[in-house]
Amino acid sequence: MRETFTKGMARNIYYGGAVFFFLVLIGLTVDTVKSLPQTDNRENLTEQVAAGKRLWEINNCIGCHTLLGEGAYFAPELGNVYTRFGESTEAIKAFIKYRPVDGIEGRRSMPQFNLSDEELEELAQFLKYVDGVTIARDWPPNIQG
Amino acid sequence: MKYESQGIAKMYFIAAIGLFLGQILFGVVMGMQYVVGDFLFPEIPFNVARMVHTNLLIVWLLFGFMGSAYYLVPEEAERELFAPWLAKLMFWIFLVAGALTILGYLLVPYAKLAELTMNDLLPTMGREFLEQPTITKIGIVIVALAFLFNIGMTILTGRKTVINLVLLTGLAGLAVFFLFSFYNPDNIVLDKYFWWFVVHLWVEGVWELIMASMLAYVLIKVTGVDREVIEKWLYVIIAMALISGLLGTGHHFFWIGTPDYWQWIGSIFSALEPIPFFMMTLFAFNVVNKRRLDHPNKPAVLWALGTAVMAFLGAGVWGFLHTLAPVNFYTHGTQITAAHGHMAFYGAYVMVVLTMISYAMPIMRGKKAANQTAQVIEMWSFWLMTVSMVFITLFLTGAGILQVYLQRYAESPEPFMVVQDRIALFYWLREAAGLVFLSGLFLYIYSFFAKGPEVEAVEG
Repeated sequence: MRETFTKGMARNIYYGGAVFFFLVLIGLTVDTVKSLPQTDNRENLTEQVAAGKRLWEINNCIGCHTLLGEGAYFAPELGNVYTRFGESTEAIKAFIKYRPVDGIEGRRSMPQFNLSDEELEELAQFLKYVDGVTIARDWPPNIQG
Repeated sequence: MKYESQGIAKMYFIAAIGLFLGQILFGVVMGMQYVVGDFLFPEIPFNVARMVHTNLLIVWLLFGFMGSAYYLVPEEAERELFAPWLAKLMFWIFLVAGALTILGYLLVPYAKLAELTMNDLLPTMGREFLEQPTITKIGIVIVALAFLFNIGMTILTGRKTVINLVLLTGLAGLAVFFLFSFYNPDNIVLDKYFWWFVVHLWVEGVWELIMASMLAYVLIKVTGVDREVIEKWLYVIIAMALISGLLGTGHHFFWIGTPDYWQWIGSIFSALEPIPFFMMTLFAFNVVNKRRLDHPNKPAVLWALGTAVMAFLGAGVWGFLHTLAPVNFYTHGTQITAAHGHMAFYGAYVMVVLTMISYAMPIMRGKKAANQTAQVIEMWSFWLMTVSMVFITLFLTGAGILQVYLQRYAESPEPFMVVQDRIALFYWLREAAGLVFLSGLFLYIYSFFAKGPEVEAVEG
């Protein structure tokens, strides 16, 4: 690089740029957190939903599925599964409940997690709540996720 | 080796390579499960294999970063490490904690592991890449703090070079942002938003500082180019990394229930994210072309050039490919993401750690460079792993384009599993490329044991 551009100038761009854009990120984060009540479906965040989120976590569902596009890409998107299953928590519960213990020969299969009826309801309610979050441009592009 | 305590890096590097092998073995298992769905089911379900694959990656890269820091910080600071005993102690704590966590994933159902480790007291488990039990996360924080204290004291009481200070900043950032992993609100949007403060601000933020400083250190050593020149490059690269990468976080806030302005901010700033990686490529080639000495360690130079190029391709080009919001609308959470993730992690972070190992390992074993046979084998392993990773990325990209089209773009979109069956050919090819990668890794490990004629010592 040319001599007119000194190391000192490069250093100042680094410190100045890093501090400035970090502060902007913090500012935008504050604004985002403030505006979330309009989109994040918190009015439906019940204790049952919170319990369902815990079940979602401790069974590592994200290890195969995506949720709002984040996770593993081995199994279907579940951010809109409530809509895809005809807005039926019963259908979601039945799907999880009747997974074969030993899988399906030659094919991908969801493990049998042996959840109780109460737990199934919590998990289904959690997925229903996530489906209620307002996403930009109504992502995903269609019902297939 | 100028300082005895630099030798501590060796155990870190050996552990890193061992865990790297574990990571790839599980990667091959997962690749198989993509096409033969019941492979190892229900003993090792896909989610467990994936957790082992990604967590081993993170842990071995951390071993690699820590080992690299223990090697380069004393030399740069011109003094022995502040507390060598602490570095050794932390090595064993981290290794045992890491091994127990991985065994936990494999030996008991994940829900059982959550129960055994009392996840309920402070629930942090079950989020992508942050699957570690809370107690392991606390262990990571303790190890990170002890490590930072150790190298921090070494730097502050020694010579303060730009490389050392940038590395320290990057490592401190790594520790600070990891603290967000303890924040796990019930609100899914908040959870996802701050989850990215660990994941994005690591790999598209502070880890770039770590990478750039490690690369700069090795380039100084193998080219003999003036430190002033290299430090200027280093500042410009990391400046661009943070200027683009901090607000580039916004490309993760397109579809998680966050405000619409992120579509613009995320698109614009993440479109700038290839710049620091492109500059790293220019930097590496520029400095090697202007070299003042011909270092006898050829593979180290090859890795250094390779990491710059592959980081640009994987993180820069493949990242840009799907980062603009209108494109990402279709590609988000598909095999396109997987393609990008593979080449970016390999190019940027795997290869920079291997660069450092390649440079430092022979010196820690008492010679300036490995023998000629070992060097040739190591360079073969470089090409096998790098070329096969290019093909893994291309096959996943092919799979991803078809998936996007069939599942999201076509007039009558098809269900996820139907599409997966249709694109199986690409997954078979990816698995074949994965096996080539594994053979390259075996060759790499073998290179440390290969005997052959010594290279002539070159003055440097």
